[in-house]
Amino acid sequence: MQVPILKQGQYLIATIQSALGDADLVLLRDGIVQQVGKLRSRGVIIDVTALDVMDSFATRTLRDIAQMIRLRGAETVIVGIQPEVAFSLVRLGSNLAGVATALDLEEGLAFLDRQIKGGGGNAQSHGSRSTQKN
Amino acid sequence: MTAVSAQVRNTSASNMIADLLRELVAHLRQNRTQLREEWARRITEAKLLTVMGQEEIFAEATAVYDNYVEALESGTFEALQAYARNLSERIIPRGVETDEVIGIVLLLRDVLARSLFAKYQTDFGLLNRILDAYEPAANRIANTVAVGFVQERERVIREQQEAIRVLSTPVLQVRERLLILPIIGVIDPQRARQLTEQLLQGIRTNRAKVVVIDITGVPVMDATVANHLVQTVEAARLLGATVIITGLSPEIAQTLVTIGVDLGKMNTVGDLQGGIEEAERALGYRVVPLNDNSSGS
Repeated sequence: MQVPILKQGQYLIATIQSALGDADLVLLRDGIVQQVGKLRSRGVIIDVTALDVMDSFATRTLRDIAQMIRLRGAETVIVGIQPEVAFSLVRLGSNLAGVATALDLEEGLAFLDRQIKGGGGNAQSHGSRSTQKN
Repeated sequence: MTAVSAQVRNTSASNMIADLLRELVAHLRQNRTQLREEWARRITEAKLLTVMGQEEIFAEATAVYDNYVEALESGTFEALQAYARNLSERIIPRGVETDEVIGIVLLLRDVLARSLFAKYQTDFGLLNRILDAYEPAANRIANTVAVGFVQERERVIREQQEAIRVLSTPVLQVRERLLILPIIGVIDPQRARQLTEQLLQGIRTNRAKVVVIDITGVPVMDATVANHLVQTVEAARLLGATVIITGLSPEIAQTLVTIGVDLGKMNTVGDLQGGIEEAERALGYRVVPLNDNSSGS
C-alpha cells in the first residue's frame, strides 16, 4: 500500500496508514526525498500513529529518510510513535538517535515552526502555545 | 449372592471403622486435659510459635484440639477449615511461619498417636485397627490445616502485591504538559517495567512535554534498573517528551559511575524543586511573586 504524501504550506506530511512492507518503505523514502526537492519544502512530518510494530528495517529507513532530507536542506520530525513501540525500539537498540520526534501531528508542526521560523530565541514556547490555540 | 455379601461385608467394614472412630473420639474426649497439656508442652519444647505467649498457645491448642476431635467425629472438615482460616488470619500478621503451623499439627498427630499406643499396647490387633481408622483422618486434618494456612498466606501476599502495584507509580500532572513521577522504594525489574508503561501512557494521555522523575526515595539501584531508566528516558524522547531526573543520591551516583551506565543522555538536576524549575523554564513559564513587597513574608 502506498503512502500518500501531502503538501501543507511549506511542509510535507506523510501519514502511514497501515503496516508497510520493505518495498513500500523504499517507495516512501524515494517519494519523499524527491518531493522535498520538487516542492521546495522546508520540513517533513512522518506520522506513524497507526503503526503498532516497527521492525528494524522500518526504523532504519525512517532514520535514512531523516538524514537524506537534512542533506536536501529540510527538517524531518517523526510523530505519533506509540508508547509500546517506543519502548521496544529502545530496548532492541533500534537507532532513532538524532531523529527529531514529537507526540502528534500538532506538536510536529509546532516543532517545525520553531525550527524554521523561530531560528532560536525565547519566543519558542510561546510560539508553540499560540499555534495550539489557533 | 456374592454381590450382596460383598456389600454386607463392605457395610460392616465401614461400620467397624465408624465404631473405631467413635471409640477413638471417646478416648480423646476423656483425656482432653492431659493431651492438650502434653501438646502445648511439646510445642513450647520444640520452640514453635515463639511469638505467642504460654497461655495463648494453650488457648489456641484447646481450640484446635476441640476442632480436631470434632472433625474426627463428624468426618466433615468445613468447620475445621473455617477455623484454620480464621486462625491463620490472626497469626499471619504476627509473623508465624508455615513450618511452625505444619510443625504443631504434626505434633498433635504425634501426641494423639502416642496416647493410642499407650492405651492399646496390650491388644496389638485392636491398636492396628484403631490406627487404620485414625491415620487417614488425621492426615486429612493435618493437610486441611496446613493448606488453609498456606492459602491464607498467599491471599495476603496477593493482596499486598496488588496494593503495592497500585500505589507504587503515580504519574502526576503539576502543570499543563508537565508530569512528575515520584519513585519511592526499591525498584525491581517488574516494577521498572510497569513504571515505564505508566509513564509512557501518561505522556500520551496528558500530552506531556516535560517529565520530572524524582528518585529521592530510591535507596539503591543496580545496573539492570539503571539501564532500564536510560531506556525509558530514550523512549520518552521518541514520544516527544524531555525527561529530567532529580534526587540522585550520592550512593546511586557513585554506583552508576562505577558501573559505567551511560548517563550522558540524561538530564539530571539535584532536587525536585530544581527539576520543576528547570521544566518550567523549558515550557516557557516564569514564576514571579505577585507582589515584590510581600516577598519577605
